[in-house]
Amino acid sequence: MATRAIEIEDVKTGEVAEAVYEHPFIVRLCHWVNAVSLFVLVGSGLQIFRAFPSFGAKIPQKDLIHWPKAFAIGGWLGGALQWHLTFMWIYIATGVIYLGYQLFSGNYKQILFVPRDVPGVWPMVRHYFFFGPKPPVKETYNPLQKHAYTSAVVLGVLSGLTGLVIWKPVQFSWLGWMMGGFHYARLWHFVIMWALMAFVFGHLVMVVLHGWNNFVSMLTGWKKDPEYRPGA
Amino acid sequence: MSSRIDSRKFKKINRRELLKLSPVLALGAFAIPQLQKPLLKAGLGLSDWASARLFRSGHLAPTFADSEVTPFDKFPINDYDVDDPQVDFDRWNLTVSGAMKKPGDYTLAQIQVLPKVTQNTRHVCVEGWDVIGRFGGVRLADFLKMIGADMTARFVTVECADDYYESLDMATALHPQTLLCYEMYDQPLTREHGAPLRLNIPTKVGYKQAKYLTDLKVTNLLERVGYWEDQGYSEFYGL
Repeated sequence: MATRAIEIEDVKTGEVAEAVYEHPFIVRLCHWVNAVSLFVLVGSGLQIFRAFPSFGAKIPQKDLIHWPKAFAIGGWLGGALQWHLTFMWIYIATGVIYLGYQLFSGNYKQILFVPRDVPGVWPMVRHYFFFGPKPPVKETYNPLQKHAYTSAVVLGVLSGLTGLVIWKPVQFSWLGWMMGGFHYARLWHFVIMWALMAFVFGHLVMVVLHGWNNFVSMLTGWKKDPEYRPGA
Repeated sequence: MSSRIDSRKFKKINRRELLKLSPVLALGAFAIPQLQKPLLKAGLGLSDWASARLFRSGHLAPTFADSEVTPFDKFPINDYDVDDPQVDFDRWNLTVSGAMKKPGDYTLAQIQVLPKVTQNTRHVCVEGWDVIGRFGGVRLADFLKMIGADMTARFVTVECADDYYESLDMATALHPQTLLCYEMYDQPLTREHGAPLRLNIPTKVGYKQAKYLTDLKVTNLLERVGYWEDQGYSEFYGL
C-alpha cells in the first residue's frame, strides 16, 4: 500500500513542506488504548505478584522481590485481580483488532521483521548506541524498528497465552503442558512482562530523541517532514 | 501522487484526526471513583461469565503420579481465621437442606458408605502458589444423588465451623472430580486441613474448597456468594 502524501504550503512564508499519512485511525486507536491497558495490567500484575512473590514452593517461600505498593494498582490482591481481569479484555481486544487490521490491509509488511532485515540490524545498533554513521533510509521503518515492533507483537501474544494458562490451567492444560506447567507459565508471564517493559523503555527513549513529529503522527496520523520518501 | 494544500487546511485536518481519538478518553471513566467500582465489577463479571462458558463437565483436571505429590508437610495451610475451629468430632454431622427429597443430618459414616475416590490433583491458590495433593473422599455428585437433590437447581452452598461459607455452581458440583473429602494423603483429615469434611475441587481455585463443613444446601438463590467473593474476589473462578 502506497503511503498517502501531500504538500503543505505555509500561508505566511509560502514555504512548501511534505507530509505523509502514516498511521490509520484504527492503528492509532489501538495504540493508545493498548498503552493504557498495558500500564494497568503491569501495575495490577505487580500487586498480584506481591501475594506470592516467588516462583518456587510456598513452603519454604523465598521472596524474589518486594515490589513497593506505590508502583502497584488495586490496593490488595482482590482489587488487583479486578483490574487485571477487566483490562485483559481491553488488551486482547486491541491486540485482535490491530492484528486483524494489519493482516487485512497488508500493512504488516512495513513492520514485519523478515530474514533479509537481519544484516541491517547491526548498523542501526552501531548508529544508535555507538555513534556509528547513520545507515541510508530505505523504508518506512528501519530493520531495528521492525525487529522491535515485531518482537512487541510476539510478546503481546505470548503474554496473553501465558496469562490464559495461569487463569485456566485445567481447561487449557495442554497449553500449560507446552509451557512446562503452571509454575512455568507464571514465570514466563513475568519474564514477558519485563521484556515488554524493555520495549516500552526503548520506545519512549526513541520518541524523546527522535522527535515530536513521530509523536504527533501517532496522534493525528500525519507526519510532517518525513525522513523517507513515500512509496519507496 | 501528491496534492498541495495550505498550512491552515493541514492544521484543520490534524485537529479533526486528533478529535477522532477522543474515545480513548472514555478509559478515564476508570479514574472516576463513582464509576470505578461498577466498571470493575462488570469486568470481573465478564470474566466469570467466560469462565462458566469455558468450563467443560467432561474435561478432567490433570492427575499425577504418587511420586509427583508434594510432601504432606509442604502442603500449605491457609485460613481466613483459625487453623482449628475446635470441631467436636463425636457430635459432628453435616446438616443438609434445600431443594432435595431427603434433608436432615448426615454422619460421616453415612457419607462414607458411598464409593471412595482417591486422586492426586493440583491445588492452585489465588495467591499464585500451587501444590499437588492426594485427596480421598466421595463424589459430591454421588452424595447429591443419595439425598435426592434437585440437580436442576443452580447452586450448592456450604457453611463451615469457622463461619467461612462458599457456593458452587451445579455443573462444578456434579463434576466427577469434585469431592466431599475426608482424607488427605490416605489419612483422615487433620484439623488444620479441615477435619472432618472439606471440599476438594481440582477445577476450582483454593478459596472455593471450603474446610470444616457443617452445612450443605441445594438452592436456586444465593443470599451471599462466599467469604472472599463478597469482598471482591471472582465468583466462579474455575481453573
